[in-house]
Amino acid sequence: MWPIFDYGRFVSIISSSDVYGVVWMRSLAQLHKMANLRVLVGVKRVIDYAVKIRVKPDNSGVVTDGVKHSMNPFCEIAMEEAVRLKEKKLAKEIIAVSCGPAQAQETIRTALAMGADRGIHVEVTGKSIDGDNNQTGQMTAALLDWPQATFASEVTKENDHLKVVREIDGGLETVKVTLPAVITADLRLNEPRYATLPNIMKAKKKKIAKHKAADFGVDLTPTLEVVGVEDPPVRQAGQKVESTEELVAKLKDSGVV
Amino acid sequence: MIIMTNLLSPGKCYTPPRARPFLVRQTVSAPCEQTAATCAHQGHRTQSAAATTSEPSGGRGYSFELTDEQREYQDLARKFAREEIIPVASQYDKTGEYPFPILKKGWELGLMNTHIPADYGGMGLGIFDGCMITEELAYGCTGIQTAFEANNLAQVPVILAGNAEQKKKYLGRMTEELLLCSYGVTEPCAGSDVAGIKTKAVKKGDEYILNGQKMWITNGGHANRYFVLARTSDDPNMPAGKAFTGFIVDREWEGVTPGKKEWNMGQRASDTRGITFEDVRVPAENVLGTEGMGFKIAMGAFDKTRPTVAAGATGIAQRALDEATKYSLERKTMGKYIAEHQAVAFMLAEMAIMVETSRLLTQRSAWEIDQGRRNTYFASIAKAYAGDAANKCATDAVQIHGGNGFNSDYPVEKLMRDAKICQIYEGTAQIQRLIISRELLAKAKQTQW
Repeated sequence: MWPIFDYGRFVSIISSSDVYGVVWMRSLAQLHKMANLRVLVGVKRVIDYAVKIRVKPDNSGVVTDGVKHSMNPFCEIAMEEAVRLKEKKLAKEIIAVSCGPAQAQETIRTALAMGADRGIHVEVTGKSIDGDNNQTGQMTAALLDWPQATFASEVTKENDHLKVVREIDGGLETVKVTLPAVITADLRLNEPRYATLPNIMKAKKKKIAKHKAADFGVDLTPTLEVVGVEDPPVRQAGQKVESTEELVAKLKDSGVV
Repeated sequence: MIIMTNLLSPGKCYTPPRARPFLVRQTVSAPCEQTAATCAHQGHRTQSAAATTSEPSGGRGYSFELTDEQREYQDLARKFAREEIIPVASQYDKTGEYPFPILKKGWELGLMNTHIPADYGGMGLGIFDGCMITEELAYGCTGIQTAFEANNLAQVPVILAGNAEQKKKYLGRMTEELLLCSYGVTEPCAGSDVAGIKTKAVKKGDEYILNGQKMWITNGGHANRYFVLARTSDDPNMPAGKAFTGFIVDREWEGVTPGKKEWNMGQRASDTRGITFEDVRVPAENVLGTEGMGFKIAMGAFDKTRPTVAAGATGIAQRALDEATKYSLERKTMGKYIAEHQAVAFMLAEMAIMVETSRLLTQRSAWEIDQGRRNTYFASIAKAYAGDAANKCATDAVQIHGGNGFNSDYPVEKLMRDAKICQIYEGTAQIQRLIISRELLAKAKQTQW
């Protein structure tokens, strides 16, 4: 009965007894779609970055017993980005997932304290340190057949896709990915917040679903065998030269030039 | 006629992303109301029943296991101390500037005002958890940690003896914005002799007229309110337990004059001042408990805060040990790292013994009061020991650093200066021994041998 006026970007619906409301119509559809975004953040429990890594005497791996573990700092950065997306109302739910031993739950709790809504723990026994292999994001994208943007240092939403600035060797590269997508975090993406004390308390009430790899029909038989782990060679002392000519001569002698 | 409003209904507002990386404190109240009832108990139950969320441990009775949550609090405080406090501690020590930025960050993270009950928007943490956090902050800088701690000290009288309105008014506001408060008992002429304080409060109608001077009041220059102990009885024969009254005094009232910031030997980031009260009109509703209860409230507050002071001293001792250990593995003398010389290694061992003992005593005294039991005996032992330990460890750390230890570019000389007050404030080392011996003898008299 009452007229509806379209003032370009918004519509106001007026009625005699109802509350006045202003509804953003044009971007409503997109907003709705973006607000339904769910973000899955992988968090990994690794040896704390401040700890000096030591190789086991039998060279079978790295010493992990009794060593301080914490969330991979890049996972913290990824979590922070997810929380920021949620604060911007671009994401609706953040789920933290970790594949690892029972202690991985501590890492998931930290993610919950930072702002994840719920957690998933897939129990996988065995070693769990970060090998810096830079494979997980890319493999996930390939298996899901989703677009990927790795080494992200900036993520912005633009209409129905994400614009991601990537750190590459030569500088910065900007890519556009449609959703859903896989993004991996680079150091400069953000500075993770501290989990506040109240949030740590809140995290206790959030759910962590526990699963085994078998629940998903995944076969964990390793296809790689680690043959040995060694310390990098001790750095040798260099040689001092008096002049550029001497430097060039020495380089020629050693066959490098 | 068409009426247009721009009213966005609450809850549908678009809030811009926060510029700061730290979460604003609006999240505090809701979750705490739900979980506080369980969380305060979680700590106790764990400590007494040896049940943890990760694995059940052996027998009932003693447990040295922290809950997952406690470990997270500890991690947060540890991270905060190392990333926020340590880098700036030396600068605040040199200038004596009040560390507002650090206090603000700590407040936002929930590291301040941990004892305020959940009903008033606080975390409702027990003394044990508070001690854990305090030790981590003290590791960074005790000057800054004391600024945090003075707030707790000033709130305890209200938590213990305040009525519902007082608690709502004075505790509630602490969680809504960053406010500081102070505990004013000591006077220029009376420190250990609390019964000898001269500040007087005379009842006039439904007000009290307060006159007197307090000294060494931490956070004195920046506090929003003070807990003031004043004598309300004119009768010189009235026992101390009935002659004093505790008041909450607002900084803004006429007649309240904070003095200049005192320049002390250590803990320079902390603000200590004299406060003068001249004909200050205190409404009767600002009396804590009833008239005459003041002494008991003041002493009761110490039982809750001495463990945290001991925790602070433990933080100094731990820092001294860590710095000395690190240095001893870097410095060489006579062909070896100094850590390999037994004289130095033994000093480090002594320091380690003191650190572990301080911590255990602190934890025991905190745990006792969290169980609801009177912990005076343990609290005094913890404070006495930890204060002495902090001083010895800091001195030894300087010794291990040798000439470098005496120099301001190294962090240990500050530890030594900061540690001294641990043997003095919150009851001097001598007063603690008095308390311990009295408790011991009282118990002995009750035992039939």
